[in-house]
Amino acid sequence: MADKSKDVSSIYSPIAKMNLRTKTLLTIGLTVFILVAVVITSLFINSADITTNFNAMNQAPSFEHLFGTDWMGRDMFTRTMKGLGLSVQIGAGASILSSVIAIILAFVGSINSKLDSFIAWLVDLFLSVPHILLIILISIGLGGGAFGVTMGVALTHWTSLTRILRAEIKQINTSEFVKLSQRFGKSKIWIAKKHILPLVITQIIVGTILIFPHAIMHEASVTFLGFGLSPHEPAIGIILSESMKYLATGNWWLALFPGLALLIIVLLFDIAGENIKKLLDPTSANE
Amino acid sequence: MELKGTNISFKYPLAKEYLLKDINIHLDNNKITGLVGDSGVGKSTLCEILSGYYTNFEGTVELDGQKLPEKEFCPVQLIYQHPEKVMNPKWKMKDVLEESWNVDDNLLSEFGIQKSWFTRFPQELSGGELQRFSVLRSLNPKTKFLIADEMTTMLDAITQVQILDAVLKIVKQRKMGFLLVSHDMDLVNTICDDVIYFNDINGI
Amino acid sequence: MDKLLDVENVSISFIQYTQGLNQRDLKVITDLTLDISEGEILAVLGSSGSGKSLLAHAIFGILPENANLNGKISYKGKELSQEDKEEIRGKDIVLVPQSVNFLDPLMKISDQAIGHTDSDEERKAKKAKQREIFEHYNLGPEVDEMYPFQLSGGMARRVLVSTALLSNPKLVVADEPTPGLDEKTVQETLNHFKHMKEDGIGVLLITHDIHAALEVADRIGIFYSGYVIEIALKEDFTGDGENLLHPYTKALYKALPANGFNLTKGHQPLHGEIPNGCPYYDRCEMRFDRCKDERPELLDLGNKKVRCFKYEEGA
Repeated sequence: MADKSKDVSSIYSPIAKMNLRTKTLLTIGLTVFILVAVVITSLFINSADITTNFNAMNQAPSFEHLFGTDWMGRDMFTRTMKGLGLSVQIGAGASILSSVIAIILAFVGSINSKLDSFIAWLVDLFLSVPHILLIILISIGLGGGAFGVTMGVALTHWTSLTRILRAEIKQINTSEFVKLSQRFGKSKIWIAKKHILPLVITQIIVGTILIFPHAIMHEASVTFLGFGLSPHEPAIGIILSESMKYLATGNWWLALFPGLALLIIVLLFDIAGENIKKLLDPTSANE
Repeated sequence: MELKGTNISFKYPLAKEYLLKDINIHLDNNKITGLVGDSGVGKSTLCEILSGYYTNFEGTVELDGQKLPEKEFCPVQLIYQHPEKVMNPKWKMKDVLEESWNVDDNLLSEFGIQKSWFTRFPQELSGGELQRFSVLRSLNPKTKFLIADEMTTMLDAITQVQILDAVLKIVKQRKMGFLLVSHDMDLVNTICDDVIYFNDINGI
Repeated sequence: MDKLLDVENVSISFIQYTQGLNQRDLKVITDLTLDISEGEILAVLGSSGSGKSLLAHAIFGILPENANLNGKISYKGKELSQEDKEEIRGKDIVLVPQSVNFLDPLMKISDQAIGHTDSDEERKAKKAKQREIFEHYNLGPEVDEMYPFQLSGGMARRVLVSTALLSNPKLVVADEPTPGLDEKTVQETLNHFKHMKEDGIGVLLITHDIHAALEVADRIGIFYSGYVIEIALKEDFTGDGENLLHPYTKALYKALPANGFNLTKGHQPLHGEIPNGCPYYDRCEMRFDRCKDERPELLDLGNKKVRCFKYEEGA
């Protein structure tokens, strides 16, 4: 440990010289930038721009068409970007909604013990039914489309965060400083807001971000199975299910690039979440 | 003023045996009382019962004939041995202190608290400094009775004198009641007018 | 009596983020010097939260990642590198931890005490040794099969002590061994250290409890704001404390309830706020002008040491 300073100074690359917090922030910044760029790009792509062009059918990837073209001559790159943008938006909607549900349930549980047992039962109930089945049911029940899928994903993904928050809040509620606060005559709501919230905000932020990848993947798979977004929307799930038919004819690019792009987006969220966790976690915050 | 515990018995929900049995304890604000006994025999639990931390005990606790309030400021305040446990680690010291009341500068200097500590987090101060905050926080004007459970056990002798000196001044000035729980006989003999031996009052 | 451990001018600092991306080097221990010989008990006395436990972490090489250690820690005259520390910890130098929480809650006591073994013979030999030492500390065979949560306070302490002694250590480091114990168990624990001393083992007792220190230690190092400001003999803590050298030590002694309960104002400077000069300058009653900007070194006065300019000429 005494010679640690020597180690650091002997490496002259600028990245190695940065402290961990700078590196972490840089990683987070980069991932967030890419994600925002994807969404903004997709917003500028008008669905009408994805024109059919039968002169350029089934072309392999080239500089003109980075991801190639499909059987109707549509540019796959544009379609993928539009689809990704949609995925991220649905993911954002679904994860924010599900953490709002989780926060409300966890805090309500902390204030009333009868409601708390009910919430615990609800969590178990939702966890005992397969996710994908529930999403399909809710999505169809709510009329399908982007709204249906978002709600379907949101209403199935609040369970794990609720569990974490409940456990965390329970533990904080037994701490001496909360008990003392009660002796000072503070109400449970005041304690929840002032004492508990600052201590669980990290879990909430990280939890929300880590729901993203799940939400995106589930949205894509439900759509792929034909229960999600309507076929005329350029969603990744639709692209993948359509391209299935053409894979046998050798048009590998139709599935590979959109699939890869989806995977990268999911990974980016995972990286962002893990790094934010590292930054906010007191045990690693000073490294 | 009189803090009176009558026939207090207590056991933890799943325990078979009672920790406290038929304890009667009468305290007033005319003299400073010391409570002495080994650790792990229930002294701390008794302190918590006397200051309203439990509701699931047998017997009664009354301050001047009144039960302790559950939802309002409790006039009997307890000071713990470990100040870092009674402070939210995400709060600055100013917020920690003002959760209870707004302390004037005079008292701050009386307790040796520097204004510059206000912007620090609890983990940035040592046990002695934290205990000053913890004690002063409990000295809300609405506090009538103070129970100090091994309050200075973790501190060095100099800080112990400083804190007790400041507390006793206020206790006398405001005519508050004060119960000092300690295993240190020298300390109890030095500042207490009366001594209660825990084993004598616990009916186990 | 040979010297076992020599800690010279050790400083420990932590790299911390202040605001945003700025880091600072927070010194927790600035200058710690002490030594322990065979069959000697040295207590390091400091208030809780003052960082004195880091000394134990430094000796065992278990400081956290963001810590910086400077200075010299030598064992039997040989300076210890991180590898050396990893090699000798648990063998020549052992730790008696604060509580049973340091034991694995899901492992039987005897298995933990023996630790990892390579062969059946080794296991049998170690088991026999463990039994012998446990017996010596009044721990019957039934204790071997217990789990940590089943131990009472006194038993737990005996288990920790006897487990530490299994490897025939030369030096035992005890980090705050007394808090939370009843009077009888404290006494019992302190007696264990006395026995170790009789067996020629050196004991480093890190504590905030002045009574415990005075009860067993031969010499007492006073830790103040990251410095060792005095190493006094146990016998100096008598009468009015007239044999104590440093004004802080004197004040500390006189603040004890049995010795006057004297009030001294002020507080120890916090980490990061320690002045350029003497750390005790603000509170000192016999300070010189030079104390404000000049930091006194630890003066060697034969069997005692003190960090104060007052004793410079007289030495």
